[in-house]
Amino acid sequence: MRSFTYERAADAGSAVAAVSRAGAKFISGGTNLLDLMKLDIEKPSHLVDISRLPLREIEELPDGGLRIGAQAANSDVAADTRVRTRYPVLSEALVSGASGQLRNKASTGGNLLQRTRCPYFYDTAAGCNKRDPGSGCSAIGGFNRIHAILGASSSCIATHPSDMAVAMTALEAEIELLDVDESVRRVGITDFYRLPGDTPHLETVLRPGEMITAVLLPPPPPGRQLYRKVRDRASYEFALVSVAAVVSVGQGTIDAARVAFGGVAHKPWRSPEAEAALTGRPATMATYRDAAEAALRDAVGQGGNDFKIELAKRTLCRTLAQAARSS
Amino acid sequence: MSRADAGAAVRSQSERSQDERNQHQTNQGRPDQDETAGLLSVTLNVNGQARQLDLDPRTSLLDALREHLRLSGTKKGCDHGQCGACTVLVNGRRVNSCLSLAVMHEGDEIMTIEGLGDPDDLHPMQRAFVDCDGFQCGYCTPGQICSAVGMLAEAEAGWPSHATADVAAPQVVLTDEEIRERMSGNICRCAAYPNIVAAIRGIAEGGTE
Repeated sequence: MRSFTYERAADAGSAVAAVSRAGAKFISGGTNLLDLMKLDIEKPSHLVDISRLPLREIEELPDGGLRIGAQAANSDVAADTRVRTRYPVLSEALVSGASGQLRNKASTGGNLLQRTRCPYFYDTAAGCNKRDPGSGCSAIGGFNRIHAILGASSSCIATHPSDMAVAMTALEAEIELLDVDESVRRVGITDFYRLPGDTPHLETVLRPGEMITAVLLPPPPPGRQLYRKVRDRASYEFALVSVAAVVSVGQGTIDAARVAFGGVAHKPWRSPEAEAALTGRPATMATYRDAAEAALRDAVGQGGNDFKIELAKRTLCRTLAQAARSS
Repeated sequence: MSRADAGAAVRSQSERSQDERNQHQTNQGRPDQDETAGLLSVTLNVNGQARQLDLDPRTSLLDALREHLRLSGTKKGCDHGQCGACTVLVNGRRVNSCLSLAVMHEGDEIMTIEGLGDPDDLHPMQRAFVDCDGFQCGYCTPGQICSAVGMLAEAEAGWPSHATADVAAPQVVLTDEEIRERMSGNICRCAAYPNIVAAIRGIAEGGTE
């Protein structure tokens, strides 16, 4: 690992000031950043430790929502009684990711910002526009079994690895950001992430120095929430495809639906097409299949991951059927 | 030997290692930088004892324990958070010490396998692993045991897992499926899994404690 200097931020204001120097990065749980530093993929010259900032609380919001501090550990969010009862899709997504040890360290903000697990991003001998802009994409035409089928570009076909962020997308979470001038802004999670386009090294709309301070959950949407994850191993593995769904059924008809996919794109993939195909329609497999076809209409396989298109459709159908049954 | 004596044994071992550590630091070849430039002072509370160290900020908690404090019970497997051999308890919670910077743990309570027990005074989980033959080569075992101790505390607190049918349920029933899911961050290349599960199940059911 390359050498770096280290400081522990005393408060949020000094944290954003400290990280605005060239080569500086925040560190919190470190479970992704330190891994990438060992592999010479992340090369910060200065680390600003924000893990002890007073941003660990999970608090009620006046509107009935929840404010999750950016330093709250993944395990604390997953185990929070309010999350488990009011936002079970978030708890389910969190416990489907990583291991118990990693969830105890990983922070909410860090989970949002974790980097892709594309093997070419990890292989410094391979071309990767995300790691080294302009060096090409070795995944295109390479081994691309785990790669994107939606929203990819000729520069990058990587996927976002988070489960948590997929559930937060279905819950229409907002990300609270503290800027270097100490102004605060909120960005909806769907707008927080970028598609790769020709700048796949830019993954979010974070400005230089800006820090995630909280995730705000609106009041829970009506209906049954479910997270389903399909992967190569039964545990401790990233998703090939995952679905976060919220489905409200009354008298056999779907009143409202939210659908987000994981493992299929450069960002958690909300599907307004699927939601439109579900709303006001009977809660039947034919409806689910229509929604799945609508969601994956623009999907493009890369060879190794062609199977993901059908897998995503079937995963959505099964998740919707289960949600509607228990709604 | 009592638990207090075990602590004394750890201390005397650590005192012996003080000289070794100094030697280690002097001998460590880092041609790219001055030997002591950039070292940071950190105090870790390891197995009940405050230990002050001067460390390169890059030093992982795992390397601080193994190379600087000579507590080699904690194992280095993958060094990337994938195998769980390096699992220790930090403030009572299990974490991968390989993906932790030691300097980030100022003042934290670190519990390693040496602090849980020793051959003359085994922790109940260590005893259960012996009784159930929960290992073959033994390399993953310290991590398995620290992880299992942390995991049982999580289950006791009602934390759900991916194997939990209803994450809102207030209590956890530690079925074999639950134990396997919750221990999936600890790999055993000898595949002693059935006996590891049996050892943990025995403790979870209060059989050995």
